Amino acid sequence: MNPFDDLALVEEEMAKCMKCGNCQAVCPLYKETLREAAVARGKVQLAYAYLKGELPATHSLAGKLLFCLTCMACVANCPSGVRVDMVVLAARAAMVREKGLPWVKKVIFQGLKRPWLFDTALKTGRRFQSLALRYRPEIQRCNPRFPIGLELRRVLPPLARKTLREEFPEVMQPVKARARAAFFTGCLENYIYTDTGRAVVNVLLANDVEVIIPRDQHCCGIPTLVHGDVPTAREMAASNLQIFQRYNFDYLVVACATCGEAWKHFYPQLLEHSPQGAAARVMAARARDINELLVQLDYRRPAAGLPLKVTYHDPCHLVRGQGISKEPRQILRSIPGLEFREMKNADRCCGNAGSFSLTNYDMSMQVQAHKVAAIKATGVDTVVTSCPACRMQLEDGLAQAGLSPRVLHVVQVLEQAYEKTGVGSRMSEVG
Amino acid sequence: MAGGDFLKELQAVLGPERLLTGTEDRWCYAFDAAAAQPKHLPLAVALPRSTEEVAGIMKLATAYRVPVYPRGSGTNLSGGVIPREDGLVISFVEMNNILELDIENLTATVQPGVVIQELNDAVAPYGLIYPPDPGSVATATMGGSVAESSGGLRGLKYGVTKDYVMGLEVVLADGTVFHCGGKTVKNVSGYDLVKLFCGSEGTLGIMTAITVRLTPAPEARRSMLAVFDRLEGAARTITGIIANKVIPATMEIMDNVTIRTVEAYCHAGLPVEAAAVLLLEVDGIPAVVEKEAAIVERVCRENGGQVRVARDDAERENLWTARRAALPACARLRPTTVLEDATVPRSKIPEMLLALERIARKYNVSIATYGHAGDGNLHPTITCDERDQEEMERVHRAVDEIFHTAIALGGTLSGEHGIGLAKQKYMELEFGASGVAVMQRLKQALDPLGILNPGKLVGPLPVKE
Repeated sequence: MNPFDDLALVEEEMAKCMKCGNCQAVCPLYKETLREAAVARGKVQLAYAYLKGELPATHSLAGKLLFCLTCMACVANCPSGVRVDMVVLAARAAMVREKGLPWVKKVIFQGLKRPWLFDTALKTGRRFQSLALRYRPEIQRCNPRFPIGLELRRVLPPLARKTLREEFPEVMQPVKARARAAFFTGCLENYIYTDTGRAVVNVLLANDVEVIIPRDQHCCGIPTLVHGDVPTAREMAASNLQIFQRYNFDYLVVACATCGEAWKHFYPQLLEHSPQGAAARVMAARARDINELLVQLDYRRPAAGLPLKVTYHDPCHLVRGQGISKEPRQILRSIPGLEFREMKNADRCCGNAGSFSLTNYDMSMQVQAHKVAAIKATGVDTVVTSCPACRMQLEDGLAQAGLSPRVLHVVQVLEQAYEKTGVGSRMSEVG
Repeated sequence: MAGGDFLKELQAVLGPERLLTGTEDRWCYAFDAAAAQPKHLPLAVALPRSTEEVAGIMKLATAYRVPVYPRGSGTNLSGGVIPREDGLVISFVEMNNILELDIENLTATVQPGVVIQELNDAVAPYGLIYPPDPGSVATATMGGSVAESSGGLRGLKYGVTKDYVMGLEVVLADGTVFHCGGKTVKNVSGYDLVKLFCGSEGTLGIMTAITVRLTPAPEARRSMLAVFDRLEGAARTITGIIANKVIPATMEIMDNVTIRTVEAYCHAGLPVEAAAVLLLEVDGIPAVVEKEAAIVERVCRENGGQVRVARDDAERENLWTARRAALPACARLRPTTVLEDATVPRSKIPEMLLALERIARKYNVSIATYGHAGDGNLHPTITCDERDQEEMERVHRAVDEIFHTAIALGGTLSGEHGIGLAKQKYMELEFGASGVAVMQRLKQALDPLGILNPGKLVGPLPVKE
């Protein structure tokens, strides 16, 4: 048993809460709403009251617990060190166990759980997306034409014509490999931001790392976990693990903050007491964020200059979830000609929080406004981050604000520098 | 009481968005930061945005005889904003505008929901500070801190909140709005109503605008850490520095329990064998800082202290890290942290520290003591587990004895946290029956129906018709 199956296992976390309210100073949602139920102190007390039977599971209680970005700013600022994120996720799971999932989520999660269905749907989607999305060439992004569960104002990247996994062979070997990495592409990099995925492949090859992209991999399952659907998340974790176990590699590399958290922290927890527990822990030890891996492998420093003015946005699940914030900055600063300008509160949540931005678009944009203002103040032409979900949110926010900075993943900037340097991805395709 | 009609009329004043009546929302206002206090679900939570709305709420509360509990960020440590009965919580967090910065007169006028740090950020560009500096400065509101007259790390030189409040706009229980004080430095007309409302903990009236005094930010400052292997040395240093006519901005003490706890938590390089450390900071114009720092250093050495002076901002920051870690280090030891603020005359600090050691042994509880030694304001911090009834019994008896001791030493129940629910039972100890009766008469004169934060500070009064 773990907290996802039994809320009582985080009772100590809840008991530790001093109710001091320090979380109010850092919670992005409290800043916007000024409501106690929106901040960690309130949510922890609500979850505790539910555990002790003082509050029943209701639609409105579930709503309060879902109103959280799980950005962990409160965790980092808590004098008592309460793992608020674990309390919130465990409480959401407990609510779903007692009340069940709303039918919409049930339908969506059933789809996510069946990789072939999800894959087919998205591949079909790309053929018909022009029916639903209006392409805006000036920003190379789209707006929904009619409400398809998305805000009409929302600025979206189109689905890629070719998925990343269609684009590349399963195994790519550099001339002389010094390590072997299996690439977990994640949904966004596979279906939408294939440019990021391509950069991961090229940069790894340029650093003499063999890249394997397992064919059958699918969504990491975290969207289902954050909505409290633990059985589905567990099933997806087990399946991804099984798929990656078929390959032989040194590192499991990800370029998405949430997927990284999945492999490093959530899979071992979800599979703790299953026969796959040990394998999940082994895989967690091999999992690396791309920034982390490059620094660890002492990546090749680009020689040619890249005349960019750049700022960096820290994804919550990378900076607080995995403790990675120096590495991306180190990589950016190592690029000749690149001018790095730190923005104010670079580690403040951009407001995307995965599906939070789908269900709470207005609030998500309100949170995002602070980020856009901080970016604007730097006067940069390029915003860099390490998570495709943040990238999508930043692109939307900047476009809404009428600003034009491009948004790229760290690895894309490095790829550009390599291209100018003439470091080819010297590879020989296999398979 | 017709709760339904009351809420309906209230909703006409505030609209549905700013009147919270859902169970989960109300649950989140049933407590504050005070440990081991009861929770009580309020009837509703109102979030006004203007003085007019507050007056409207109070008129309705009077008409329907509904008790009202004013609340800022709820960071207070005395149970002062915990509602009792089915009352109405008024949260002031949406009345959060800085109404005026008057740089010529060095004043700021703010709504009660402004967070203290936000005021400091707003005046910093003018080279000014708002000196009261409670630990919760990043969260606590101005209204709450005036109502509790909170203090902080700079209390020794700069005083507490009531020393900075110059003028108030107040809404009384029946909805009457009046002003007292103003921007003049000299103001002696009539009763000092400004001081009366400072620290009144929401029992006499509701402050809807607050004018405070600002001071120039110190040009220079120097921090020092002095390590003592005998408590007496630290104690003599505290009085010795003042006797040498130096008033440091800060003079903080940490006892051995705290030192060990902090060191285990963050490895700040503190001497775990030391009986006590003093963290000192002098500030002002550079020449004075130079001179005063030399005196402080000399007095520390004369009393057996080893002194480390911070040479730059980075080193200063390092010294302060240890002091700031005191609370989190204690908080992580056990689930519940009972943070008290017993305060004694400066000269009685050693006696109080020894008494705390004795009390800890007597009741078999763990007490870490740190706090503002320069102003005699100690924070004995008891780490325990609220769920263990037997342990909490011992904790409560230890707390009783702490306050009896503080009063016996000529001290006070509260240096900066207020009385609220938690210390109300000791009020007679400090004021005597007649002193408490005076307060109750004031309370009855201004709030005859007893609807303002009933049950706090002066206790429950017979009011219901």
